[in-house]
Amino acid sequence: MAKKAESTLFNMLLSLTLIALVASLALALVNNATKGPIEEVNKAKVAEAIKKVLPEGKKYTVSADTVTVKMAKGDANLVRYTATDDDGTLIGKAIESFDDNGFGGRLTAMVGFDAEGNISGYEILGSSETPGLGAKADKWFKPTKVDNDGNMVNDLESGRNVLGKNPSINKISVKKDGGEIDAITGSTITSRAFCRLVETAYTAFNTDTEKGDKEQ
Amino acid sequence: MKLLNVSGSPHVHSDESTKKIMWRVNLALVPSLLVAIAFFGVNALLISIISVASCLLFQWLIEKFIMKVPSTIWDGSAVVTGLLLAFNVPATREMILLVIIAALVAIGIGKMSFGGLGKNPFNPALVGRVFMLISFPVQMTTWPKVGGWFPVNVDATTGATPLGMIKERLKNGENLSEIMPDMPSLCDIFMGHIGGSLGEISALAILIGAIYLLCRKIITWHIPVSFIATAFIFSGILWLCNDEQFIDPLTTILTGGIMLGACFMATDMVTSPMTKGGQLIFGFGCGLLTIIIRNWGNYPEGVSFAILLMNSVTPLLNRWFKPKRFAN
Amino acid sequence: MKAKDIIKNGLIKENPTWVLILGMCPTLATTTSAINGLCMGLATTFVLMMSNIVISLLKSVVPDKVRIPCFIVVIATFVTIVQMVMQGFIPDLYASLGLFIPLIVVNCIVLGRAEAFASKNNVWHSFLDGLFMGLGFTWALTLLGIVREALGAGSFFGVNFIGGADGMLLFILAPGGFICLGLLMALINHIRKTK
Repeated sequence: MAKKAESTLFNMLLSLTLIALVASLALALVNNATKGPIEEVNKAKVAEAIKKVLPEGKKYTVSADTVTVKMAKGDANLVRYTATDDDGTLIGKAIESFDDNGFGGRLTAMVGFDAEGNISGYEILGSSETPGLGAKADKWFKPTKVDNDGNMVNDLESGRNVLGKNPSINKISVKKDGGEIDAITGSTITSRAFCRLVETAYTAFNTDTEKGDKEQ
Repeated sequence: MKLLNVSGSPHVHSDESTKKIMWRVNLALVPSLLVAIAFFGVNALLISIISVASCLLFQWLIEKFIMKVPSTIWDGSAVVTGLLLAFNVPATREMILLVIIAALVAIGIGKMSFGGLGKNPFNPALVGRVFMLISFPVQMTTWPKVGGWFPVNVDATTGATPLGMIKERLKNGENLSEIMPDMPSLCDIFMGHIGGSLGEISALAILIGAIYLLCRKIITWHIPVSFIATAFIFSGILWLCNDEQFIDPLTTILTGGIMLGACFMATDMVTSPMTKGGQLIFGFGCGLLTIIIRNWGNYPEGVSFAILLMNSVTPLLNRWFKPKRFAN
Repeated sequence: MKAKDIIKNGLIKENPTWVLILGMCPTLATTTSAINGLCMGLATTFVLMMSNIVISLLKSVVPDKVRIPCFIVVIATFVTIVQMVMQGFIPDLYASLGLFIPLIVVNCIVLGRAEAFASKNNVWHSFLDGLFMGLGFTWALTLLGIVREALGAGSFFGVNFIGGADGMLLFILAPGGFICLGLLMALINHIRKTK
């Protein structure tokens, strides 16, 4: 076995400095190599969520802006993605909305609307709801069924469904509160938070673009 | 109370007295069982039978094949666990089968994994109940609606427990003065004509059983009285501060599991302190925690969590309040 | 010391989870599903292996008084590399494990093996020790993950076998982790002793 370096001040300083230098060099190299992919992954995540919630089967380009919406506890800034086709016609909007009164705190979701304001889809982005109860929100409000041809389709007649509903016509709140949405079994609080989140998103949908841009 | 007073730790009962005590506890549970059958019908009976049978079966299996010791299933303690377990679940049809899992957890994890009767730190029936509450939250909070006498099919409608209803509507921004008119009358609550777990609904039946146990000197008054009194006083203070947000103390102690917990589960000999001082503190802790969990926790009911938490400090209470020695 | 002993120690005799009972935080936090347990185990194995090699190489040049800071810097470097690579190339896994990857730094196994083994043995043996301690950790986490996922969600590596019904939720929550860990530990130690 080689002789151990003695614990003199010089030796300690030298070895720590060298090790730290080599470590930071290695990290810098890895960071360089992974920076691109990480950014792409993050972008792809948002793009994926937008694609999932906006109306299907149309080509569009997406532009983002920030909208300020009044909420129960002060104003909130929501990111809004507006999708337009080549002629500038509105295809739909996707809004990253949230509600702070879920069972486990904040519930975040991307909610998509078509040009008329009908809900075209949603994706839960972040939640700390209870597994098996509130966490079911990711699929609960867009139930599927097997149609006559054996394909999985959205079950628009289900009481749970929010797809295709328009918050200005349909009351998006749980049935216990006089709305028309079936709450998740055993998770009324999560369901209420989700409904409020959709309403908030709809407010953002209706906010004027100019105003939104100004406040950006 | 002689039996408890003379014994310092290690705490060993003779076989004969354990047996007698356990079967008397079972007898004390009969009034509540009858009320449950009267209000919830066949389901209540089936759940109780299956719960007791599976507790006996699992204890027998574990003793025979894992621990390889002589069977003790007829000492009555497994029957107590089975009955209390059944008393702690809603009387729905789904529970008839799910209670088997609860029995496995109560006996296997709650009791036998620590070495059997007398060695378990936590009340086995409550271990089973809390396991069920967390594992099957939907089934454990779906309550049959209380109808007339001896209903045949209670699953047709589901109702809420008084506590569950209050909690939900309070969270929804309503005041108690708006909610209270929808509550069952105090008389109904006392008799047990309300939604809830199988055995917790009738304060009257529980009190009959508790008085029998007190007369037979199987339990002392310390834990039940300090438990219920603490809950009454603490909720009373809250109620006086704000009667729109906090339920009045009488309704508080008569609804939910406070009566059942205070009389039959907090008084479990193995998992509660041995001395009077310790028992008073134990009951106080249970009452305080129950009210805290009910008002500020996520669950509408907190009795089982409160008792389990206090079970965990029982060894400390036993050290703190040592039994007096004659020699001193 | 023979290579065979090192392998046996890591996998069974001194298994980090069942015998040494080290690294309980990631053990309980990440084993909510079999795949999470497996991946956490492999990530730890990589860190353990690499840090063991480097520390074994450095053992003669690092002065005794600053050896712990040096070990931690080395370990933290590898953990950060794992984290960045996972974030960039396996984003789905990162979404479920991301929170716990930085915790590998403070995992007792990694520093424990560095201090107890790598700083006293040659590179080849340190590499073996890191690899098999890591694999011992991995199989323990995977087993725990399989059991908890089967009971808690009714699925095996994500494939549901109870058809839509809910599992026993407790097992994918923290208390179920403790219960499962205790029962499995009892079972495994029973098997080890009767052998």
